[in-house]
Amino acid sequence: MLTIGTLFLTLSNTLFRNFRLSGKPSWHPLCCSFAFNPQLGLVGVLDADICGPSQPRVLGVGGERVHHSGSGWSPVYVSDNLCLMSIGFLLGSPDDAVIWRGPKKNGMIKQFLSEVDWGDLDYLLIDTPPGTSDEHLSVVQYLCGAGLTGAVLVSTPQETALLDVRKEISFCRKLKVPLIGVLENMAGFLCPHCKTRSDIFPATTGGVTAMCTEMDVPYLGSLLLQPALARAADDPTLPARDTTNAALDIRAKIMAFCERNSS
Amino acid sequence: MLEGVKRVILVLSGKGGVGKSTVSTQLALTLKEKGYKVGLLDIDLCGPSVPYLLNLENQSVHQGPHGWIPVYLDKEQRLGVMSIGFLLNSRNDAVVWRGPKKTSMIKQFLEDVCWQDLDFLVIDTPPGTSDEHITVMENLRQVPQCSAVLVTTPQQVAIEDVRKEITFCNKTGIPIFGIVENMSGYECPNCSECTNIFSSGGGQSLAEYAKIPYLGSIPIDPRVGSLAGEGKAAIKELPESKTSKVFTDLVTQLTESSKNGDMK
Ligand SMILES: Nc1ncnc2c1ncn2[C@@H]1O[C@H](COP(=O)(O)OP(=O)(O)OP(=O)(O)O)[C@@H](O)[C@H]1O
Ligand SMILES: [Mg+2]
Repeated sequence: MLTIGTLFLTLSNTLFRNFRLSGKPSWHPLCCSFAFNPQLGLVGVLDADICGPSQPRVLGVGGERVHHSGSGWSPVYVSDNLCLMSIGFLLGSPDDAVIWRGPKKNGMIKQFLSEVDWGDLDYLLIDTPPGTSDEHLSVVQYLCGAGLTGAVLVSTPQETALLDVRKEISFCRKLKVPLIGVLENMAGFLCPHCKTRSDIFPATTGGVTAMCTEMDVPYLGSLLLQPALARAADDPTLPARDTTNAALDIRAKIMAFCERNSS
Repeated sequence: MLEGVKRVILVLSGKGGVGKSTVSTQLALTLKEKGYKVGLLDIDLCGPSVPYLLNLENQSVHQGPHGWIPVYLDKEQRLGVMSIGFLLNSRNDAVVWRGPKKTSMIKQFLEDVCWQDLDFLVIDTPPGTSDEHITVMENLRQVPQCSAVLVTTPQQVAIEDVRKEITFCNKTGIPIFGIVENMSGYECPNCSECTNIFSSGGGQSLAEYAKIPYLGSIPIDPRVGSLAGEGKAAIKELPESKTSKVFTDLVTQLTESSKNGDMK
């Protein structure tokens, strides 16, 4: 069985991401632009949302199960260079609820990090639920000796979302997790009918850019709300890649940070 | 101190960001507008948004002779609010706590706040089915009139999480009052074409599938988003909106069922 120490020697880069969204996993465009790029090497995704795992559906592998092999659990391969581990694969039905207090969730996360045969990953992306509690503490704690490259925070433009992100920033500072930056998702909506742009979630307090300046955190860029992407999360046959220049630019910034900071 | 509370309504959803806090605050404001005495308890300890939503951010709770005195929105004290946000020094402060500490804080919120006599206590929750939820369920079991309003957005990823929340309610024995679908379509302010940004109808079909009452759907309305931070009721500020109709209907159904003593 793998131990955390040896497992993470194989990880050149670890991306820790906080999840903050309105309505729709903001993870999706970022993750897909990362994951479906063969030049990046092997990318692993760990769904650390124990009570509400959505990565299996978002990545189009909802019905799959994990297999147990000699070297631990095998993650589910979404494509040649993208694999995923989620508690969703261990549940019997979508109706099954994981009614667990903190210690059990922590145990599960530890198992995902130490008993999954991730192989030689180039990147491990960790999707966390909202908050600054057990899941987050455990991920940071278990990874601190193994080279946690940094955290990407995702926010929508309105103050309710920014409020949570400010707390995540304080959390990262407290635990000394490097901040790669904040990206703004669902910044505006392009009407498919008349092509006019409007603000769905008005940035009444200046949006992500103003918050980044105030809190002194890098701003990574902004993504429009794309109905096609939102629906692609429900229907795996639809194309799900965000290939807009904005998304590619954000990805380049994140990768540059990882390259600068990988040991 | 929940002895004087006639009825408790828990606002739950599996997913984050679907609008629990918006529904909780608007529900509380609507009830207040209709003349009820209301309490709003925010048990989202890591991401409290109720103080901001109701424009009460710089207020603090005081210790009275019998326990904590909630923060009141109005002079008549018809809407009292309790949130961990009132106990933090700065709005940027993170509450970095594991489960046991969260559990004892929530117990205090349930036992040590002087709510006085309330017609309704609305409880806003974080997403998930973990410490906060388990604690609140365990401590509310003795309250006779308690039920849950589930909030979802229409897309499958959110619906799947709500199915888990339904299982949670069934397992812990809390009656489900119904499902509200939020963010179900957006009308372009320029051409009035309605786009189903997050697909549509998911809440209604889930209600049918799970045999739970469907309580209506709230569209994405930037005006509703802008009420955040002002503490204003949609039924007063936007009386013609679909949102205000959904909340009016919801309150009617809640009060009818209270009269009939029927919790479902
Ligand atoms: N019908 C709507 N129209 C427009 N904006 C909305 C609507 N419902 C919610 N919002 C906005 O979406 C954001 C998320 O809503 P809210 O904070 O109520 O969700 P939540 O479920 O409580 O989130 P969390 O899981 O973080 O507690 C808020 O900024 C809110 O103003
Ligand atoms: Mg909330």
